[in-house]
Amino acid sequence: MSAIKDFTLQCPLPITDYPTVTLAHGGGGKLMHQLIEKMILPAFQSPLLETRHDGAVFALGGARLAFTTDSYVVNPLFFPGGDIGSLAINGTVNDLSMCGARPFYLSCGLILEEGLPMETLWAVVQSLKQAAEVAGVQLVTGDTKVVDRGKGDGVFINTAGVGLVEHDLTIAPSSVKEGDVVLLSGDVGRHGIAIMAMRQGLEFESAIESDCAPLNGAVQALLDGKVQVHCLRDLTRGGLGTTLIEIAEATGLQIIIDEKKIPVRDDVAGACEVLGFDPLYLANEGRMIVFVPENEVARALELLRKASPHTAGAVEIGRVTGERGGLVKMKSRIGTTRIIDMLSGEQLPRIC
Amino acid sequence: MKYSSEYRDADAAQGYAHEIRRITKQPWTIMEICGGQTHAIVKFGLDELLPKEIELVHGPGCPVCVTPLELIDKAVQIAQRKDVIFCSFGDMLRVPGSDVDLFGIKARGGDVRILYSPLDALKIAKENPTKEVVFFAVGFETTAPAHAMAVYLAKQQEIHNFSVLVSHVLVPPAMEAILGSETNRVQGFLAAGHVCAIMGYDEYIPIAAKYKVPIVVTGFEPLDILQGISMCVKQLEEGRYEVENQYTRAVTEGGNHPAQHYIKEVFHVVNRKWRGIGEIGMSGLSLRPAYAEFDAELRFDVGGYTAEESPLCISGLIMQGQKKPNECSAFGKQCTPEKPLGAPMVSNEGACAAYYRYRRAELAASAALTSAGAKGEV
Repeated sequence: MSAIKDFTLQCPLPITDYPTVTLAHGGGGKLMHQLIEKMILPAFQSPLLETRHDGAVFALGGARLAFTTDSYVVNPLFFPGGDIGSLAINGTVNDLSMCGARPFYLSCGLILEEGLPMETLWAVVQSLKQAAEVAGVQLVTGDTKVVDRGKGDGVFINTAGVGLVEHDLTIAPSSVKEGDVVLLSGDVGRHGIAIMAMRQGLEFESAIESDCAPLNGAVQALLDGKVQVHCLRDLTRGGLGTTLIEIAEATGLQIIIDEKKIPVRDDVAGACEVLGFDPLYLANEGRMIVFVPENEVARALELLRKASPHTAGAVEIGRVTGERGGLVKMKSRIGTTRIIDMLSGEQLPRIC
Repeated sequence: MKYSSEYRDADAAQGYAHEIRRITKQPWTIMEICGGQTHAIVKFGLDELLPKEIELVHGPGCPVCVTPLELIDKAVQIAQRKDVIFCSFGDMLRVPGSDVDLFGIKARGGDVRILYSPLDALKIAKENPTKEVVFFAVGFETTAPAHAMAVYLAKQQEIHNFSVLVSHVLVPPAMEAILGSETNRVQGFLAAGHVCAIMGYDEYIPIAAKYKVPIVVTGFEPLDILQGISMCVKQLEEGRYEVENQYTRAVTEGGNHPAQHYIKEVFHVVNRKWRGIGEIGMSGLSLRPAYAEFDAELRFDVGGYTAEESPLCISGLIMQGQKKPNECSAFGKQCTPEKPLGAPMVSNEGACAAYYRYRRAELAASAALTSAGAKGEV
């Protein structure tokens, strides 16, 4: 047995730059945020863009409008609980809702790959139509392009949306205050696991369905109920953890959440154990967090739970403390406290 | 969730913590071998529950961290070939090589795929007979049986377009290397439960006797780890040095015999280089000559390649338990998970990444306090 007497200090050379775009630049983690901060925001300098919200809110012709856009690339196109069509509607409807707007009109750009079966396209179009009906919005303009075989993943969709802001609240991270309570609209992580299971051919005892759903009904219930909503944010690629960090960093305030209060379904938790994933960073497509003052909590929860089956499981998960620093902390199940950090890119299944 | 939430119970955790405080009379340094345990300790803040006399140091049991730089470079060289489908467990893709990581190769158009099992790579090989399919066979005794089975089946089924790039390491020789070092501080071990589920724990009995250190085979949930620490401290306080098994729900003394059979059939024990530590005698696995045709190093002629690591980070000292990540001058400054200088900052299970993700605010606050103190401001 060789003893380690003369080992040398070793270290790989740093890779200090990314000459090309990597998947992690779209993973919803730190690299994506850096890309936005270092390249996109400086290039398009706009006070509306600087708010870093899910959409832009502005006055136009006497009305307050919200405007947003999002692109949808998902493999597989169809998954338990949804498909690229329902995602493309719900994602944009939800971005408008997070601005506190009532969504009205959507556009739809389809980028199709040569060779896509017409039957598949028809199924996607039907899904777009149905999801729009459920959410109560209209698709009013669109575009179609076809790219060479091998240059697309079947279908890419871009939707943009316009909504009307019908209240005087400023629903944005800038309105979040010390003492605000954080509400979560339901269990987390189902969309991420549903996609992962399909993509990797993993089989669970029962199919885990995506949580893909429109949130405009629930948001409207809060607004109609005159709840003093300070901020809304839907949980997407980076999951609950990343979304909370975005808000904490934007406000400079600390958020503390309680692990025990975050609903995660047993099958999702089980899949996470197998894959080495943290449900805090799994993608969701029909979940949001709501920041309200403490005296509004009971009423907000009651309205959310009644408003729609997608928000029936709404719970309180934490609060905004007076401490500065923009950190998110979590009280663990065993009573200790730790920092919730943003991931660099997508979660990667670990070796063992 | 059944079989995991029971092991994360707050009251039971406090009970074990109380028991550890009660029995601890002297300072002790205990090393958890496995990166999965390091991750759980930091994620759940288990060390906050321990008395100040107990210091946990973090061992070399993270496969991503100890895979040598030159193996990453070899993987990169193979993965960028147009005729290759390169398959790997997910967390190897972000480990920096000398020039680029495997994600970078994927971004440049390489066919790099994340798999959950090496057997899936065999399937890909069958489906793509005109391609060479290579699996990056990295890990400890835990992943060795699946790699062995894939190679065994490839031979049985005559799948000639399949090969493995092997970087397998073994736990007991690393423990002996740490214990035999002149600067060793480790007085007791938590052995890696999943490694022992495969190999059993009889090979630890002579190590415990020779170096007079207690070794407790330990699981990965918070209560497992607290109970493992409690058993280890009890032995230390009583002057015993035995091998004990905390993880009885998964580990038997003899381990998993069929798994061991396939490891021995396909692999033999060789000297291996550990990243950040150096070469340790008879500390790894390599394909036996009878399976050499499945060795990617031979097939793609990258066997002779070596890479020089720059002496910038102290990962070797960290993985031997001689330093903590926050004692590195580059920690959180030049070295972060986005731009890792050393492998322990890359993997989820790496000690540096675990400290960075869960601890850096507290570390920064205490550093500020110390520096303010040094200026006479406190």
